[in-house]
Amino acid sequence: MSTVAETPATRTSKVVLEKTVVKSWKAPIALGIFSVIAIVLFGIFGRSGTTHFRISTPDDLIQIPDLHLPSDLTCWILAVVLVGLAALAAWRVQVAAKVPLWLTIIFTIIFLFAFLTWAAAGALIPIPGLLIGAVSLSVPLIFGALSGVICERTGVVNIAIEGQLLAGAFVSALVASVTRQPLAGLVAAMVAGVLVSFVLAAFAIKYIVDQIIVGVVLNVLVAGLTGFLFSKVLSPNETLLNNPPRFDRIDIPILGQIPIIGPVLFNQTIIVYIMYLTIAAVAYALFRTRWGLRTRSVGEHPHAADTVGIKVNAMRFWNVSLGGAIAGFGGAYFTLGSVGSFTKEMTAGAGFIALAAVIFGRWDPIRATLAGLLFGFATNLQSVLGVIGSPVPSQFMLMLPYVVTIFAVAGLVGMSRPPAADGKPYIK
Amino acid sequence: MTTRKDSKVSKAEPEKKPAASSAAETQAAEPVEPQSGRWSNAVREILSGSAVMSVMAIVLSIIIGGILIAATDTQVQQTAGYFFSRPGDMLKAIWDSVSGAYSSLFQGSIYNFRRPGFVNGIKPLAETLTFATPLIAAGLGVALGFRAGLFNIGGRGQMLFGAAAAGWVAFSFDLPYGLHLLIALVAGVAAGGLWGGLAGFLKARTGAHEVITTIMLNYVAFYFVYWMLSTPGMLQAPGSNNPKTPAMKDTAILPNFFGPNFQLHFGFFIVIGATFFVWWLLNRSTLGFQFRAVGFNPNAAKTAGMNVNRMYFYVMIFSGALVGLAGVFQVLGTVTTGFSSGIDAGIGFDAITVALLGRSKPWGVFAAGLLFGAFKAGGFSMQASQGIPIDIVLVVQSMIVLFIAAPPLVRAVFRLPKPNPLAAANIAKLQGKKAVVTK
Repeated sequence: MSTVAETPATRTSKVVLEKTVVKSWKAPIALGIFSVIAIVLFGIFGRSGTTHFRISTPDDLIQIPDLHLPSDLTCWILAVVLVGLAALAAWRVQVAAKVPLWLTIIFTIIFLFAFLTWAAAGALIPIPGLLIGAVSLSVPLIFGALSGVICERTGVVNIAIEGQLLAGAFVSALVASVTRQPLAGLVAAMVAGVLVSFVLAAFAIKYIVDQIIVGVVLNVLVAGLTGFLFSKVLSPNETLLNNPPRFDRIDIPILGQIPIIGPVLFNQTIIVYIMYLTIAAVAYALFRTRWGLRTRSVGEHPHAADTVGIKVNAMRFWNVSLGGAIAGFGGAYFTLGSVGSFTKEMTAGAGFIALAAVIFGRWDPIRATLAGLLFGFATNLQSVLGVIGSPVPSQFMLMLPYVVTIFAVAGLVGMSRPPAADGKPYIK
Repeated sequence: MTTRKDSKVSKAEPEKKPAASSAAETQAAEPVEPQSGRWSNAVREILSGSAVMSVMAIVLSIIIGGILIAATDTQVQQTAGYFFSRPGDMLKAIWDSVSGAYSSLFQGSIYNFRRPGFVNGIKPLAETLTFATPLIAAGLGVALGFRAGLFNIGGRGQMLFGAAAAGWVAFSFDLPYGLHLLIALVAGVAAGGLWGGLAGFLKARTGAHEVITTIMLNYVAFYFVYWMLSTPGMLQAPGSNNPKTPAMKDTAILPNFFGPNFQLHFGFFIVIGATFFVWWLLNRSTLGFQFRAVGFNPNAAKTAGMNVNRMYFYVMIFSGALVGLAGVFQVLGTVTTGFSSGIDAGIGFDAITVALLGRSKPWGVFAAGLLFGAFKAGGFSMQASQGIPIDIVLVVQSMIVLFIAAPPLVRAVFRLPKPNPLAAANIAKLQGKKAVVTK
């Protein structure tokens, strides 16, 4: 799928290094395929009628009236725009430039909008509600994905995200119920995540057990432990032990009144605001600080890192613990943010979707966050479309994140290359 | 820490190996060990061997399970309040809760003394074997993958597809007795094999890591089967709105071997055959030799002229087929009245622990499957009679695997001797190699 073109070094006074340009046609081809899908599904098999979009919530500063779009025409226009974007991507590759991330994001948004227009022909879609639900569903995914990014960048495969989320959810519910203090629950959730991570790190780094085995077994262990304690301890004393106070939504003054963005992003619980900070902090720290450089070097080439004096295994141990804290924090969102009490196996595979987001996001915090948002959106879209009656069976919507990830790891969409020493123990 | 010590020992005393042959030399080399010789070496060999390690891991996990049971028991908590005035009360409460739990575990899984007559008493054992049947089948599949250096976490998806295919054949066709069962069996095994083979194909063609693809394929299979179950005309029972199939036809059901009193079905004998087959495949066939070679060292296997990618594909087909067989047992043996999307009952994940406990050897997996089957059967009776949630079984199972995976930890807990340094070095080398291979 890729061609290599070399530009010879020019003989000028300045030394110009030889450059190798790799043209990857995967992105344009993927976008092209999606454009074709859009034309065929939304255009040729279009649905007549009008799609209504509600854009404003009653609290917004500026009220925007509902959008009424003729489904057929809108889909055609959007499909043409998609083809244009795919062509733009192809042109970028032709001139040996990269396909920028924003192009992919815009393409995805337009595709999703076209899909919505098509699927909800003759019905009303409340855009803010849809997006609020999407963000709410993606919060644990994003925390889990950030945890996964840190762990895998440092060279330890973290399959135990699911267990860390579940442990965080359980402990935060318990502690917050007992202390009546949700902040204490948050701290306890982090501790719980770190404890799970300690086991993972101890077995993976100290005893050199296969990291995937430890991760899988830890998930079972945490599911068993929380399930056992839930049935035996929490259920009989529901009001005392499993009745945590929930965080209130905090409306940020001016930002919260911006149409669409306001209610979606700036009228959230404190956990979500901390999530924004965490994303920024991880993205900055991983690529701009000494710690980040060391982390990545340990994950890519531990021998080299060791040679320059970085303590590989200690670095890995603490990074995995940090990852556990982040994932545990995300687990608290289940009990303190959205649901309000602990139930058995309430994470329901969110940890595995987070893992998918890590891979789909190519081990990059920002991309992984976007992948988490996309997966959360897909999940919420399914429930919204389930209400208005969608032409696509809901199961296929729910399948989407996983199918997309399989395509991603198979290298069909973009290139996904894990850190070189990911999953390999370092034996001095 | 301990592993590092091991390697230090092996570096410092490389002459430890011939210790058994001449005692005088050994005394000179090892002043620390006063009574060295053949016997102490033998004792050390036994105590540090893998069988003892497995037993110790099981014992340790059961102890931890007992602590959990005791700590969450209300009687124990009450008596703990006045522990210092009357400690006997609390100790008795602890004994009551733990012994009650484990005796009901035993009575639910092996033999119930309270029931009249041998036939009634032995019923729990039959129950254990029934639970063990799909566990062993799926465990064999996962173990086969391990032997070739592949990690098949896709048990759930493969089981669901196997169950769906076998169930579809079993309830929608009218075929003579025997033939119907055979076709349903083959369909289920083939479907599981295909779903597993898909992950193998992706691994072989694109290098996609099988751990990720199998996890993702689990969910794809779950939603796909769920969709089929809730779509009229596919798997859904006619005239019903529930995502559930109609009952299996009698001609396709695995016969009960010991009469209608026992749940145990013919599948148990199939699984014995499957264990033998896997043993033969791995140890006696060319294909199995290639599987193992790829598992030991894919580069060496490639150099020796084996097609590593093709082996990945084949091994995932076999692995998926065996897991699919577990799905077949579920629909044609255990739950014959129609199944829903929870038919896999977590066996796909349990299979991983079974394979690990069985150390990926066919008969080891068989024994591990029996043990976990006993845990399952006993866990249900424990839940019913003692009110102890069945989740405790998950805890004990995962503990066992964790401890087995880290022998130095178990040795430290029980103060067992370290293995022969040469063996330790070999194990470390193997482990190091395996860790590289699996990624």
